[in-house]
Amino acid sequence: MSSLEAPTVRKTALNAVHRQMGAKMVDFNGWDMPVEYPAAIGCGIINEHMAVRTAVGLFDVSHMGDIQVKGPQALEAVQHLCMNDASRLQLWQAQYSAMLYPQGTFVDDVIVHRAPYGYLIVINAGTREKDFSWIRDNTRQFDCEVKNVSDDFTQIAVQGPKAAALVQKIAKADLSQIKPYWFTMTHLQWDDAGTKRGIGDVMLARTGYTGEDGFEIYLANDADGVAVWNLLLELGKEYCVLPCGLGARNTLRLEAKLPLYGHEISDTINVWEAGLDRFCKMEKPEFVGREALEKAKAAGVKKTLVGLEMVERGIARDGYKVLDDSGREIGYVTSGSPSPFLKKNIALAYVPLEHSALGSKVKVEIRGQGAGAVVVPTPFYKRKKT
Amino acid sequence: MAYPTDRKYTKEHEWIHADGGTATIGITDYAQESLGDIVFVETPKVGAELTAGKTFGTVESVKAVSDLFAPATGTVTEVNGDLATSPEKVNKDAHGSWMIKMTLKNPAELDSLLSAADYEKFVAEEGGH
Repeated sequence: MSSLEAPTVRKTALNAVHRQMGAKMVDFNGWDMPVEYPAAIGCGIINEHMAVRTAVGLFDVSHMGDIQVKGPQALEAVQHLCMNDASRLQLWQAQYSAMLYPQGTFVDDVIVHRAPYGYLIVINAGTREKDFSWIRDNTRQFDCEVKNVSDDFTQIAVQGPKAAALVQKIAKADLSQIKPYWFTMTHLQWDDAGTKRGIGDVMLARTGYTGEDGFEIYLANDADGVAVWNLLLELGKEYCVLPCGLGARNTLRLEAKLPLYGHEISDTINVWEAGLDRFCKMEKPEFVGREALEKAKAAGVKKTLVGLEMVERGIARDGYKVLDDSGREIGYVTSGSPSPFLKKNIALAYVPLEHSALGSKVKVEIRGQGAGAVVVPTPFYKRKKT
Repeated sequence: MAYPTDRKYTKEHEWIHADGGTATIGITDYAQESLGDIVFVETPKVGAELTAGKTFGTVESVKAVSDLFAPATGTVTEVNGDLATSPEKVNKDAHGSWMIKMTLKNPAELDSLLSAADYEKFVAEEGGH
């Protein structure tokens, strides 16, 4: 009988570059990923976060998953699986959506892209296998093919007000023609000490997880992802580009109130509680979870996701209890952290409806003591429209 | 880096600088580097009794909460007010940023702590794995 081996940690194509830059690494859902880069090169979570808000930052997000759904009934399959309305997608358009369990709770949140070959569903790193099995098992009744292409891509996110300018330096396509949540296939081309180099068949999507403008670059794994990463760092110097890790990725998405699976959304939380109504098209006659959602709406939602700002000293963190004024436990923090841009301590939390009005005073239990917080509007940060 | 020889160190990455029966305490450069940007420090009040080896507060980075462990037994006499407003000073100069001052109940306790040279060796081994 073979002995049980510890699962080998997975590495993206850029792993050696992160390590060589001195990044602090962490095991993130089985992936060896950078949390933050060294202070010695001007990085660290706070600097990386601010780079994305004011200039441009680079993220290796190759750990995310990618599932293709192709065939004559690909749209029907996607409509059955996902709560948003994929029939509204034009070719080259994408939408935020989610796959639900029959109980109306979350399998995962996703971005659905309509491509010439069918649909590309981009999923979370931690739910790659679960999602692929779910998609395959719940589309057998449709004439379609489900392909897990997660291992085929290196994915680099370039995010911030200067992201488009930076990516345009190497992209053939005119990026000003790509609106947010649209994508294209193009070439990357650049000059390498007098030699022209290029990579074809590159997908560029104007998507991201930071609340800023930006692009996600999808390269085939056998393309030189390391060269592209280094090139963006080099060409981005004029914009003060910084490499950014998972630490800044989390503080950025928290300020922008973007959900994280396992925190704001999970298999025990439904769409109404999470406040994701606008991505859930109940006018679609059928999708997994629709019936349960109808019942849940009729029965009335019991808890809701709110934004909290600490008003007394202390940092609310994931899992901390939320208490009412008399110290009674009423809810919990799903994600909490200092906010580098706002310079406040913020959190998202589930509380009963009666405590969810803006301005409601609650306490967060920090190491046994209640620290005062107030319910505030979300998102905590919204980028200015230019 | 060369750690200042005017003080002793603990395996929990605190430093303690003794001056007769009183001492000044902070965290080491290794600690601030491992933590990353420090955003919050929680310290005991003046008059609090500390026991060597037991936690006496917390230092928080953006991502994590870390306990502070008392290098010696005694009573807190002063707390650095800068910590509440500018915790990032600890990142900029860990050895120059003190956190608390205390009386030492038993100054001989410091004899079993690490010298600068021993602490340097200790962190070299810790960082090496």
